[in-house]
Amino acid sequence: MIELTHITKTFKVARRGKGAGAAVKAMFHREYKLVHALDDVSFHIGRGEIVGYIGPNGAGKSTSVKVMSGILVPESGACEIMGYTPWKQRREYVRHIGVVFGQRTQLWWDVPVQDSYDLLQAIYKIPNERFRLTCEMLTETLGLADFLQTPLRQLSLGQRMRAEIAGSLLHEPEILFLDEPTIGLDAVSKLAVRQFIKQLNAERQVTVILTTHDMHDIEALTDRILLIGKGKILHDGSMAGVKHRFDTYRTLTLTFTPHTEPVPLEHAELCSWSAERAVYRLDTAKTTVSQAITALGGQLNILDMTSENPPVEEIIAGLYREHNI
Amino acid sequence: MRVSISHLNPYLALFRIRMIAGLQYRAAAWAGAATQFFWGFMLLSIYLAFYRSGGGEPPMPWPQLASYIWLQQAFLALFGLWWQDNELLSSITNGHVAYELCRPCDLYAFWSTRLLAMRLSNVALRCLPILTVTFFLPATYRLSPPAGVAGLLLFLLSITLAALLNVAVSMFVYILTFITLSPVGSRLLIGVASEFMMGSIIPIPLMPVWIQRLLNFFPFRYISDLPLRLWSGNIYGREALFQIMVQLAWLAGLCVLGHVCFRRVCKRVVVQGG
Repeated sequence: MIELTHITKTFKVARRGKGAGAAVKAMFHREYKLVHALDDVSFHIGRGEIVGYIGPNGAGKSTSVKVMSGILVPESGACEIMGYTPWKQRREYVRHIGVVFGQRTQLWWDVPVQDSYDLLQAIYKIPNERFRLTCEMLTETLGLADFLQTPLRQLSLGQRMRAEIAGSLLHEPEILFLDEPTIGLDAVSKLAVRQFIKQLNAERQVTVILTTHDMHDIEALTDRILLIGKGKILHDGSMAGVKHRFDTYRTLTLTFTPHTEPVPLEHAELCSWSAERAVYRLDTAKTTVSQAITALGGQLNILDMTSENPPVEEIIAGLYREHNI
Repeated sequence: MRVSISHLNPYLALFRIRMIAGLQYRAAAWAGAATQFFWGFMLLSIYLAFYRSGGGEPPMPWPQLASYIWLQQAFLALFGLWWQDNELLSSITNGHVAYELCRPCDLYAFWSTRLLAMRLSNVALRCLPILTVTFFLPATYRLSPPAGVAGLLLFLLSITLAALLNVAVSMFVYILTFITLSPVGSRLLIGVASEFMMGSIIPIPLMPVWIQRLLNFFPFRYISDLPLRLWSGNIYGREALFQIMVQLAWLAGLCVLGHVCFRRVCKRVVVQGG
């Protein structure tokens, strides 16, 4: 479905030193720095996959999305999506894809949302009946009914994002590129958007490529993650695999009947201790939760306990650290 | 939910939505019409003083000049190159243009349509009140009727081409913005130069002959000066037809050039951030 081979994209960025002297100098002689936004990027994505595209700021995520949506032309490498080369057969190709740029807007600022949709209907030449059904489906699942007749400028951010996502799906694309679709959304809207993406993928086998900094998006939606850093693909694998690799500790929180003396535990670090509560960090390579409880149970009268996995943010941070990006 | 209106051609649909967006600024349109009345009166009073005190044959008969000024005010939105679509310009600088670049359309034609609709929606709101009122002013200040059916037809043909020519020239402001990433320079440069060269500051027939000759070699005259003079019969007959051909040639040439340039800047576009 999507096949990128050895894609390279370099940007020329003007740079100059600080201060007035450097500014004057820059008027006559400009120095450029080459930024390798994408450096020999290759991957394959099959139909119906949801792929999370992650990496720190400036890693090349958005650049890849723009190459794949035919906006940017790479210097070298090949990209074949559904049999098209995006930047060469742009007009035929873009009919089949939907794009949401979380920080940009495609709807008209001054006119009601529905008018923007009508324009999109005409642009994509969607037959009336088809358009009506899609509109109804989107209105219902994304909860747009209340503000379809309202000009975009009067909508809240959450409403606007839902309207934007619906706008990108009116022509029933087979591939959906989501570039930070949940940026700035509140919890309810985020959940609604996630739920919707899942449903779309399950019911219509839409292939979804998602970039985000919200690791909960990744956790909730994707089976596979592509990690990009400094323009290179550093990791391509399942979310479960990554989790497993960085799942090196458990946080064990205990409450117990008062016990002033701290109890040490083998293969674990005592993070905090008060008379009734303690937090341990277990090294799962050397011990298990069960062993720890057995050991502690002999000395403490445990009232309650919780055991937590490392938060997904930390796993990803670990991944970034490992690759030095 | 409302069933969408009939199945439109994408360019017509864009035209429609831009008209809707443009037509909602009615208060601005009334204020604008009032300003143009005031401006027209002021210009005419100044020229009247010149005409009354000056000796010799004036370069343009008074009634023709009055019509020139009033038509210029009425169709201001079709002429002014300093006036551009800010939303579109900022979409280039802030990267919202990314969405436009992934539409299955010929973007050059698409944006031209959008610019044309912007100007027409504005003119639609302003030209009728100005034309109607100035038609019934006291004789000295009056807008004269066109120079016969021929004058009217030539005017209509030429102002249609002028609107298209304006859009073709405007497109270069957007093309330059892709390169410089700031609309200020190109808009100011094209705006100021064109104002003078299309006769918006001083009507071209009142300029020295050598400047008039020089201006024939630029497209700007054909955006405003030509249709205004066709109305009053200042230019007529074979000369009129010849000048309309020149206008048409400019239009075709700039469209082709614009198309090529537009394609090139789109290839090298850098959508930064996000």
